[in-house]
Amino acid sequence: MKTIGYIIQKEFKQIFRNKGMLPIIFILPILQLVILSNAATYEVKNIKFAYIDYNHSSTSRALIERFNASTYFDVLTDFPSQEKASAAMLSGQVDVVLEIPNNFERNLLKEKTTDLSITINAIDGAAAGVESGYVNQIVQSFNKDVKMTIIETSKKVMQPVSIESIPSFWYNTTLDYKTFMVPGILVLLVTMITLFLSGMNIVREKEIGTLEQINVTPIRKSQFIIGKLFPFWVIGMGLLTIGLILAKVIFNIPMLGSLILLYAYTSIYILVILGMGLLISNFTDTQQQAMFIAWFFVVIFILMSGLFTPIESMPKWAQLITEFNPIKYFVEIVRMVLLKGAGFMDILPQMAKTLLYAIIMNGLAVWSYKKVN
Amino acid sequence: MKKENVIVAEELTKAFGDFKAVNAISFEVKKGEIFGFLGANGAGKTTAMKMLIGISKPSSGQATVAGFDVYTQTESIKKNIGYMSQKFALYDDLTVKENITFFGGIYGLSRAKIKEKREQLVSELGLENISNKLVGSLPLGWKQKLSFSVSLLHEPKIVFLDEPTGGVDPITRRQFWEMIYKAADQGTTIFVTTHYMDEAEYCDRVSIMVEGKIEALDTPKKLKEQFKVDSMNDVFLKLARNIE
Repeated sequence: MKTIGYIIQKEFKQIFRNKGMLPIIFILPILQLVILSNAATYEVKNIKFAYIDYNHSSTSRALIERFNASTYFDVLTDFPSQEKASAAMLSGQVDVVLEIPNNFERNLLKEKTTDLSITINAIDGAAAGVESGYVNQIVQSFNKDVKMTIIETSKKVMQPVSIESIPSFWYNTTLDYKTFMVPGILVLLVTMITLFLSGMNIVREKEIGTLEQINVTPIRKSQFIIGKLFPFWVIGMGLLTIGLILAKVIFNIPMLGSLILLYAYTSIYILVILGMGLLISNFTDTQQQAMFIAWFFVVIFILMSGLFTPIESMPKWAQLITEFNPIKYFVEIVRMVLLKGAGFMDILPQMAKTLLYAIIMNGLAVWSYKKVN
Repeated sequence: MKKENVIVAEELTKAFGDFKAVNAISFEVKKGEIFGFLGANGAGKTTAMKMLIGISKPSSGQATVAGFDVYTQTESIKKNIGYMSQKFALYDDLTVKENITFFGGIYGLSRAKIKEKREQLVSELGLENISNKLVGSLPLGWKQKLSFSVSLLHEPKIVFLDEPTGGVDPITRRQFWEMIYKAADQGTTIFVTTHYMDEAEYCDRVSIMVEGKIEALDTPKKLKEQFKVDSMNDVFLKLARNIE
């Protein structure tokens, strides 16, 4: 125990003495959180909106006024006919065309139901999806009895899509993408910093020759490894804390669940990452190699984590791979706990898998660390 | 007076594939002896030493260091030896004092003992004024002396020095050897590799390795008689030439 204390003391001294590393550890993640959270958004703004009003009633004008009032839509013009509207869409002047039929007001009053038709330029599928969501929201809030038919067009095909369900958004009712992204990016920075630091730390001692000196001392493998990794575990937890504070202060992210639960999960999660870092440094001889390998894994883990693209929309084989992605579990947990207020039993499956992962990773790492070769 | 052997090697071999870096070397080192382990670059000195200090597993042969087996008791060996590598291996980003504290701690010395050793060492080396400076800022000669002292911190039975005076000026080399003598006087066995033949003259006994084998082993005086030359330098050249 005492021996571990000496190593921890030494590591902290070295970390805080390294003037080049300190800002990388603490300032870059903060910048990342602030910049990425604002930039990585699915929000589509300034949608070029046009309409064809065959009805010319007060109801139809009121509906259009709703679009006018929305910050997402720039209401451009009204077109006298569908042909003109289609031509404008083909030339890219218009993203969304709303077509209000002749009998719009009358049907709504008499039959308590009516139809609308929406045409959306779907060349950018993701944007089109978001746009249709916005339109839907506005129309539904205007009058629940309006039935819409959305036609998403690309330049080649017109595909009619009829929307039957009325969407209601739970947990993130305002569909604020920051609420969704900030917890995810928090995961990223905790992961990246701890993986890179731990991955390069032991290999650095290999490079400068001090590891050999350590290996001729009677220190036990476990003492050395615990002493080496503990400071990075502390840094990881520190980053989580800084990130949570920023999330609350700058982005006002809701924190419905128990923070203790989140910390408990993170403390296990960081062990996975540290084990991985150690494993990398056992199999590399230079910091450069370690950096490249760590980077390789981080990129795959991030892109397959469900942070930017939903895992549900990945092919089956890719979904299988994500089962081995620790970042995926952390992203799920952070969102579940912060946004949904998930409790211990809710996150138990992820927690158990992460714990198993931590045991395997660290087992492999300790096993592959050799004092004698 | 018959002294006990603290290092015994029999047919010790390390092979990397077909290449035998160390080829069946046998020798003994007695307690308190200064044993010079000579050889050209690439002769296998460092490889042999790594097997003795327990960080490299021998391919075949036997050896004990401080009475412990190099195959099965490497951790016990490590408690009883000090090691100073070719490459400077203290932490450049820690101060003189912090390095001493750290290595003392790793060897399991008590807090009081570390403090005592730290003060003793700093005053012996005359480092009082710079004991709170980062080791990286010290000149090489001081670093090497510090590094030697640190390897003696836990009062090991044997200390292994791998080219300790490489790149060091003559005055510092002399001081360094005075430190070696002092340690040997206190009963520490010194196992040292060097390329300086004048240093070889300082050793009690010398072995010369050529291409993985020990070609000569005796006191410097007897080696000079055996090869009918005046200096260790000529002994070394003769051996090396024979091979070519």
